[in-house]
Amino acid sequence: MCQVGEDYGDPAPEGPPPPRPGLRSRELKCVKCKEGVPVVVIRAGDAFCRDCFRAFYVHKFRAVLGKNRLIFPGEKVLLAWSGGPSSSSMVWQVLEGLSRDSAKRLRFVPGVIYVDEGAACGQSPEDRAKTVAEMKLILQTLGFPWHIVALEEVFGLSPSVLRCSAQEPVGAVGTYKVAVDSFLQQQHTLGTERAGGSPSPTQGEERLSPPGTQESQDPAGPPPAAQTEALSRLFGSVKTLTAKEEFLHTLRTHLILHVARTHGYSKVMTGDSCTRLAIKLMTSLALGRGAFLAWDTGFSDERHGDVVVVRPMRDHTLKEVAFYNRLFAVPSVFTPAIDTKAPEKASVHRLMEGFLLRLQAQFPSTVSTVYRTSEKLVKAPRDGCAAGPRCLLCMCTLDVDAADSATAFGAQTSGFSQTQPPTPRAGAGAPTEVGGAQDRCQGAGPCGSSVPAGRTPEPASLSSYAMAAVRT
Amino acid sequence: MPAPQCASCHAARAALRRPRSGQALCGACFCAAFEAEVLHTVLAGRLLPPGAVVAVGASGGKDSTVLAHVLRELAPRLGVSLRLVAVDEGIGGYRDAALAAVRRQAARWDLPLTVVAYADLFGGWTMDAVARSTAGSGRSRACCTFCGVLRRRALEEGARLVGATHIVTGHNADDMAETVLMNFLRGDAGRLARGGGLGSRGEGGALPRCRPLQLASQKEVVLYAHFRRLDYFSEECVYAPEAFRGHARHLLKLLEAARPSAALDLVHSAERLALAPAARPPPPGACSRCGALASRALCQACALLDGLQRGRPRLAIGKGRGGRDEEGSSGATPASQ
Repeated sequence: MCQVGEDYGDPAPEGPPPPRPGLRSRELKCVKCKEGVPVVVIRAGDAFCRDCFRAFYVHKFRAVLGKNRLIFPGEKVLLAWSGGPSSSSMVWQVLEGLSRDSAKRLRFVPGVIYVDEGAACGQSPEDRAKTVAEMKLILQTLGFPWHIVALEEVFGLSPSVLRCSAQEPVGAVGTYKVAVDSFLQQQHTLGTERAGGSPSPTQGEERLSPPGTQESQDPAGPPPAAQTEALSRLFGSVKTLTAKEEFLHTLRTHLILHVARTHGYSKVMTGDSCTRLAIKLMTSLALGRGAFLAWDTGFSDERHGDVVVVRPMRDHTLKEVAFYNRLFAVPSVFTPAIDTKAPEKASVHRLMEGFLLRLQAQFPSTVSTVYRTSEKLVKAPRDGCAAGPRCLLCMCTLDVDAADSATAFGAQTSGFSQTQPPTPRAGAGAPTEVGGAQDRCQGAGPCGSSVPAGRTPEPASLSSYAMAAVRT
Repeated sequence: MPAPQCASCHAARAALRRPRSGQALCGACFCAAFEAEVLHTVLAGRLLPPGAVVAVGASGGKDSTVLAHVLRELAPRLGVSLRLVAVDEGIGGYRDAALAAVRRQAARWDLPLTVVAYADLFGGWTMDAVARSTAGSGRSRACCTFCGVLRRRALEEGARLVGATHIVTGHNADDMAETVLMNFLRGDAGRLARGGGLGSRGEGGALPRCRPLQLASQKEVVLYAHFRRLDYFSEECVYAPEAFRGHARHLLKLLEAARPSAALDLVHSAERLALAPAARPPPPGACSRCGALASRALCQACALLDGLQRGRPRLAIGKGRGGRDEEGSSGATPASQ
C-alpha cells in the first residue's frame, strides 16, 4: 500500500523466496518462549502460546497505565462497563490486577457502573429487566461496589454538569513518585502493625470497606414510564442515526460523570480498544471534530475538569480482546445497541467501521497507522488562541470561525445566497444549513450562532438543551 | 409536478436545487451565485492581489476549465491577468486528448497558453516511462506519487516561464476532503500539518499557490460547467485505478450519502487539526541540486528523478534511506498543495 512510512527497499529478488524453516503449522513455535504450541497469531504473523499471550496482554494493560502515571495509589476509579467484550476485558484485568497474588498489584480503588440504555434502543421493559438481571449476576461476583443507572436519570441531572468544574492542579511526575512512595511506606507500616498486633482478616488495605457493605447502587425498580416515554420521544425526534449515536454518547458520558462526582470518583475508565478508537477518530474527522481529536481519542480526557476519563485499553486491538476473552473465559453480556442491525449506510459510524475493517483485511497495518497518527495529536487550538467559550454539550472550546470567512465553516454558514432560504430555518441560526439534527460544536444550537451576541444562556437542564438542539 | 420558481429572480423556473442549502435556482442565478462565492473566497482570503499575473494550471478537466472560466469572468474586478499553463505528463491515450481540449479553450477564451512537458523538463522521463520502470516488482507502481510531485515542479517551471506571480489550481472541496482522509489513512502527519489552508504563501522563492474553488463542492462545479456549456475532457487517467486515493474517494461518496455536509466537515477538521511540534515538518531549506524549496538535502522531485536515473525507482519513496545513498534521503513536497 502507498504507506508513507513503508520501507520498500530494493526490488524483490527473482524467483520465490526460500522456504522459511518451520513454515508448516505443525512446526511453528511461539515466538516468545520458542517452546509452547501457539494458539493465536497477532499483528503480522507473531504466533503466541497461551501463557505468553496472557503475559503480553496483561503487560500491555499495565504498561499503558504505568507509562501515563495518571492514576494515583488509593484513588477511586469508576469503570464504565457496557457488557461488551472490551469493557468486560478491562474490568477483568482490573479484577486480576488487584488480587493479592499478582505481581505489582494495582493500587487504585475501583467501582463499576453500567448504564441501561434500553429506552434509547427501543427495547421492551421485559427485555430490559432481563438484561439488568444478567448484569447484576456478573457484577455481584466482582466484589467491587457497583452502580446500575438507567439513562432516564439524565432528566434529573442538575445544570452543574454543563459547567466545567475547576480542575485540580495536575502535579508533575515528581508528585506521582512521591505519592507512590508514601503509599508504599504507609502499607509497610500498616503491615508491620498488623503482624505485631492482633490477627485481622486479610482484607486488602486498599479497599475502604469489605465488599458488600460498600454502597452498591441498585435501582429500586424500572424507571417511571413517563421518563422512559420522554426519552424515546427525545430519541425519536433525532432524524439521523449519526446524530442519535452522538447524542447517546453525550448523554451517557454526562450521566457517568455525574455518578462519578456524587460518589467521589476522580477517574473514569472506558474500555475503548485500539480498533474502536481508530474508527472513532475517522468518524470524528468526518463529522468536523478535527479540533478535538486529541480529547476524543487520546489516553486521558480532562475536559470535564474534576473527573478525568482514561482509556487503558487503547493499545489492544479488537482481535486480541476477542481471543483473550475466549481463551480465559471473561464473562460478558451482549446487549443490542442503538445501531444493531442498522444497514451499513445508515450512519457515519457504521460506514467508517465497515470501511476501516475492510481496508484492514486488505492492508493489515491500517488500524495501527491511524492509531499512530492519533498519538501525534496535541490538545491545543491550532493557532494558539486563548480559551474561548466552551460547547455546552461536549465541553470543548468552540472551533467556530466568523461567518463568511474564507474557511469551510464560513462557507457552510454564510448567508451568501442572494435571497433568504425558503424554509423557516433561520430561526435556529444559519448552522442548521449543515443539515440534520446535530450535536456538534460546529453547528449545534446551543453553541452555534443562535445565541444573540453578548448574552450567555441561563444554564437550564441538559435535557432541555438537548431537546432544543435536536429540534433545529 | 412543475418545478418551483427560482428563489433568486422569481422569474424563471428553477433548474436545480443547490446541494448545500436545498435552494431552488434557475441556471443563470446559480452561475451568478457560484461566481459570487468564488469571488468572496478570493477576496476574504486575500488570495490574488490586484496586478497579479496568475498562472492557471489547466489540465482540460472540469475543475481547471471551470476555474479558468470563472477567473476570466472575475479578472476585471480583481485586476489580475491570466495565463494558462498546461502540463504534458506523457501519458499516451489520455493526456494528448486532454491537451486538445485545453488548446480549444485557449483559442476560445483568447488566453495565452504554455505547455510544459515532462519529457523536456525531466530528461525524457514521461509518465509512461516511469510506469514501465516501476512495474514488475509485485508491489504497487506508485505512479501517482511520481506524477504529483513532478507535475507540481512542472507547473512551477511553466509559471516562471510566463512570468507569473501566483499559481492557481482547480482543487475543489471534495478533493481536499479526500486528501485529508487519505493522509490520515496513510499516517502522513507531515502533510496533515501542512494542509488545511487555502494554499501556501510561497516560502523561499516558490510562487504562492492557492485554490479558489476549495470551498465549492464537486457537484456544483459540474453543474456550473453544464449551465455555462463549457467544453472539457472528462475521462479518467489510465493509471487512476491503482491510486490509493480511490479508496478515499469511495469512502467520501458513501459519507456524502449519509451526511451531505461531509466534504466541508472534513475540510473544517483539516483546518483545525493540531499536531505535535515533533510531527510537523521542519522549516524548509533549498534543494542542493536545483535550488527549489526542500525539507531535506534534495527536494523530492530531484530525489525521485535520481532514483529513476539509477534504475532504483523506489529510492525516494517512503521514509529516509539511512545511509543507503550518498545524496541524502527523500525530501518532502515543496510548497504544499
